[in-house]
Amino acid sequence: MTHSVPSLPVISADGHPLTAAQIEQNFSDLHPCLTDLQAMAESNRCLYCYDAPCVTACPTSIDIPGFIRRISTGNPDGAARTILSSNILGGTCARVCPTEVLCQQACVRNRAEDTPVEIGRLQRYAVDHLLENRAAPYPFVRAAETGRRIAVVGAGPAGLACAHALAVNGHSVTLFEAKPKPGGLNEYGLAAYKMTGGFAQQEVDFVLAIGGITIEYGRPLGPDLTLEALRQDFDAVFLGVGLGETNDLGLSGEDKAGVVDAIDFIAGLRQSDDLPSYCSAASVVVIGGGNTAIDAAVQAKRLGAEEVTLVYRRGPQQMGATAYEQDLAATNGVVIRHWAKPVEIKGNGHVEGLVFERTRLDAGRLTDTGRRFEIAADLVLKAIGQSLAPAALSGLTLHGGKIVVDADGQTSLLGVYAGGDCIASGQDLTVQAVEDGKRAAKAIHAALSASQC
Amino acid sequence: MADLSCTIAGIPSLNPFWLASAPPTDKKVNVTRAFRAGWGGVVWKTLGIDPPVVNVSSRYGVHHDTNRHALGINNIELISDRPLAVNLQEIRECREEFPDHVIIGSMMAPIEERAWKDLAVRIAEAGVHGLELNLGCPHGMCERGMGSAIGQVPEMVEQVTRWVKQAVDIPVFTKLTPNITNILWSAEAAKRGGADAVSLINTVNSIVSVDLDAMAPTPVVDGKGTHGGYCGSAVKPIALNMVAEIARNPFTADLEISGIGGITTWRDAAEFIALGANGVQVCTAAMLYGFRVVEEMADGLSQWMDEKGVTSLSQLHRMAVPNVVNWNDLNMAYDVKARIDPDMCIECGRCYIACEDTSHQAITMTDLGNGRKRLEVIDAECVGCNLCSITCPVPDCITFERVDAGTQSVTWPDHPLNPQRLVAAE
Repeated sequence: MTHSVPSLPVISADGHPLTAAQIEQNFSDLHPCLTDLQAMAESNRCLYCYDAPCVTACPTSIDIPGFIRRISTGNPDGAARTILSSNILGGTCARVCPTEVLCQQACVRNRAEDTPVEIGRLQRYAVDHLLENRAAPYPFVRAAETGRRIAVVGAGPAGLACAHALAVNGHSVTLFEAKPKPGGLNEYGLAAYKMTGGFAQQEVDFVLAIGGITIEYGRPLGPDLTLEALRQDFDAVFLGVGLGETNDLGLSGEDKAGVVDAIDFIAGLRQSDDLPSYCSAASVVVIGGGNTAIDAAVQAKRLGAEEVTLVYRRGPQQMGATAYEQDLAATNGVVIRHWAKPVEIKGNGHVEGLVFERTRLDAGRLTDTGRRFEIAADLVLKAIGQSLAPAALSGLTLHGGKIVVDADGQTSLLGVYAGGDCIASGQDLTVQAVEDGKRAAKAIHAALSASQC
Repeated sequence: MADLSCTIAGIPSLNPFWLASAPPTDKKVNVTRAFRAGWGGVVWKTLGIDPPVVNVSSRYGVHHDTNRHALGINNIELISDRPLAVNLQEIRECREEFPDHVIIGSMMAPIEERAWKDLAVRIAEAGVHGLELNLGCPHGMCERGMGSAIGQVPEMVEQVTRWVKQAVDIPVFTKLTPNITNILWSAEAAKRGGADAVSLINTVNSIVSVDLDAMAPTPVVDGKGTHGGYCGSAVKPIALNMVAEIARNPFTADLEISGIGGITTWRDAAEFIALGANGVQVCTAAMLYGFRVVEEMADGLSQWMDEKGVTSLSQLHRMAVPNVVNWNDLNMAYDVKARIDPDMCIECGRCYIACEDTSHQAITMTDLGNGRKRLEVIDAECVGCNLCSITCPVPDCITFERVDAGTQSVTWPDHPLNPQRLVAAE
C-alpha cells in the first residue's frame, strides 16, 4: 500500500559533479509525511489488536492501535496526544526509530502478509498534524508549581523527556547543555534527510512550551558544573550526558588530515547552511558497522562523493545497523565490505588511503588472516563507537564504561538519576533515551512527593 | 459456463441482472451503455404525469466506512424530471436498437384510477416488456401522496395494482417499500390486486449522516436536509429477509420476485435467487463502479454455478427457501464450538477481547513468552455464537465444530425447559 521506499539519491547524469541543487535535493525528506489519503489507507490496515504486540515492542509503550484508530476515525490531533503522552519526542522517533526491529517487526500483519502497518509513518503524520495545527491547544497542562527544582544535565532526548515529564508535574527544571543548541543527537547526530526542516528545534520548542524549564547553554559537567554542586543546589539530578568521547582506531597516522570522527562529520553537516560546499571528498571510506557508520556513508554519497566504501570487521549479521539501514546504504550506492579491519593509514600529511587486513571468525574469535588490500581515500570517517567521558562523573558506579542505574534509573548516588546512551541499557536508540528520561522523571516525582509528606 | 438466461414474470431475459429504476436508467444514453456493458434489462427511471418534477441540487448522501468505502448511499432525488414524451420516445428507440434486452417502465401517479390507467397505457404503448409500479419512494414523492404513501397502505397497493392490471395486458411488477412493519401485508395486497411479480425492496428511509459543521442531515441543501432513500450493500440483509418472507409465505410463494437491495457481487445475486428471487435489480453498485460491474457479476455467478453443478437459474431459484424457518423450528440440540487454527492465527487478540468483553468469556489468550500468544476456546463456556469468527481478520481461521451427537432434534415448543410446554401438558 504505502510501503516505504526511501527516495533515491540523484546520480550525476553527465559524469560531472552534482550541482548544488541536486545535492540539496539529496537532503530532502527520505520518507515524506504521509498524505491524508495515504494515512487513511494505511491506518485502515491496522487490525486494532488487543494487547497489541507493537505496543510491547515499543520502548515507550505508545498505545499504537489507539493512536492509529484515532487517525482512521478522523482525529489526528487526538492520535498525536496519545503518542506524545507516552513519548514526548514521538515526532523524532517517528522519523528515526528502527521500526523494522521494533513496533513494525511485531505487527501481526507480518504473519500472514509480510507487510506490517507503517506505524512510524502514521506516527509522523499524527505528530506533524498537531505541531502544524496552530489552533490546537497545547496537549499538556502543567500542575501547580511544587517549588521543587531538578537539574537535568544534557538537553538530548533523555534530558528533554525527563525535563518535560517533571515540568508537567509542576517541578522546575534547569537544563544544562554543553552545546550551543538543544536537542542532543536529534540536532547534531541523526542523518539530515531524516530530520529535515529544522524539526529537531521545532520539537524542542514544543517540549519547552510546557513551561517551568530553563536551559543554560555551554554548561558541560566539569570543574565549573560539578555533580556535587548540583546535588547540593537541586532537589534531584538527572544525567542525560550521552557519550562524549569517540573511539580511536589505534593506528599511527590517525591524526592525518582527512581522518575524522563520523560523529563530527555528521554534526558539522547538520549545522551546515551550505551543504553543497560541505564536503568535496571524492573517495570516502567509513569504518564501522553501526547506524552512525551508515548515516555517515549515505550522507557522504548524497553529498556527491564518487566512491563511498563502508568497511566492517565482521559480517552483516553482526552489524549494529539494522538490515533496513544496510539496504539503505546499498541502494544509495555505498559499497559495504565485510570482514576487514584497518591496519595502516597511508598519506603524507593528508590521508591518501587505507590498508585493510581480512578477518575471519575462528571458533568465535575474530582473527587476522594476513591477507591485505588497499582502498584509496581522501576522507576517512571513523564510526567505531563512542564512550562515556568519565572525568566529571566521579562518585558514580560505572560498569562496562556506562553509568549503572537501578530499575528507576537512579545511579549509585541517592537523588542522582541517569538515562540515555550514558547508561547500560544496551540500546543506543532515541526512543530508549526517551523512556529512560520518562522513567527517571516518574521516580524523581514519586521520591519528591513522598518526601513532602 | 452455466446458462444465465432466465424468465421473470413471463419475460425472457439474457441474464438475471437488470438495472433498477434510478438515475442510471434515466436516459437513452445510459441505457444504451448499460445494454452494451452486458445488463440483461433495465427498469426505466420512474415516469410520472407531466409536468415533470423539479429536483434539488445536492441529492446523494453516503455512509462511508473509515476507509472511504461506501457502505450505503441515500438520495433525495425525485422521479424522472424529463417530459414523459421524451422518455417514451427514447424507450421506443432503445427497444428498437436492443430487441433482445428487457425494458420495464417504472411509473408513479397520484391515487386516482384514471391517472394510473392513462399513464400505464401510454408507457405500455412505447413497447415496454412490463410495468413496475413505484409504491416505495420514501422521500419527496410521498409528501405528494405518492410512492411510499401508497405502498404503506395495503389496500392502496391492491387497488393500484388492480387498476393497472385492468388497463394493460403486459406483466405488472408491484414494487414494495421496506418502510413498513410487515412486508407480507403489502406483498399479499399486490397479489390480490393481480400483480405478476413484486419488486423489492425500494430504498429504506434514512438519514445517512449529519454534517457536523452545517448541523444538518446530508445531503445538505442550503443548510437543510431531509430524510432520503437508503440503498447499497448495507440494505442487502433487510432485503434478503423480506424476499424470503414472501417466498416462504404460502399465499405469496408463487409470486414472481425481482430482488433488489444492495446487490453488489455475484454472490449477493445468488443469495437473492436462492431465497426466491427470479431475477435481480442493481443500482448502487453500478452507480459506484460503473456499468462494467455486471461482467464480474455474470462471470462469478456462472463460475460458481459450474462448480456447484447448478446448470440453470431455475434450478438455483428457491434452493434455500425450504431452509428458512421460524426460530421455533430450529434444532436446539445442535451444538457447535469455536475452533481456532493456531497455524492460521495471527494473534491479533480480537476474538479474545470480543468474547471477553461482550460475549461468554470463552477464549483464553496465553502469552507464550517468546512474543507469541496462543488463543484457545474453553468449550464449556463457548455457546457457538460466531462473534469470534466474525471479528477475526483471517478467513477460515476460526471454524465451528459440531459437538452434539447429531442424532437428536428438539425444538423450543418441545423443549423440556419451555414453561409453555409444561403448562400445555397439565
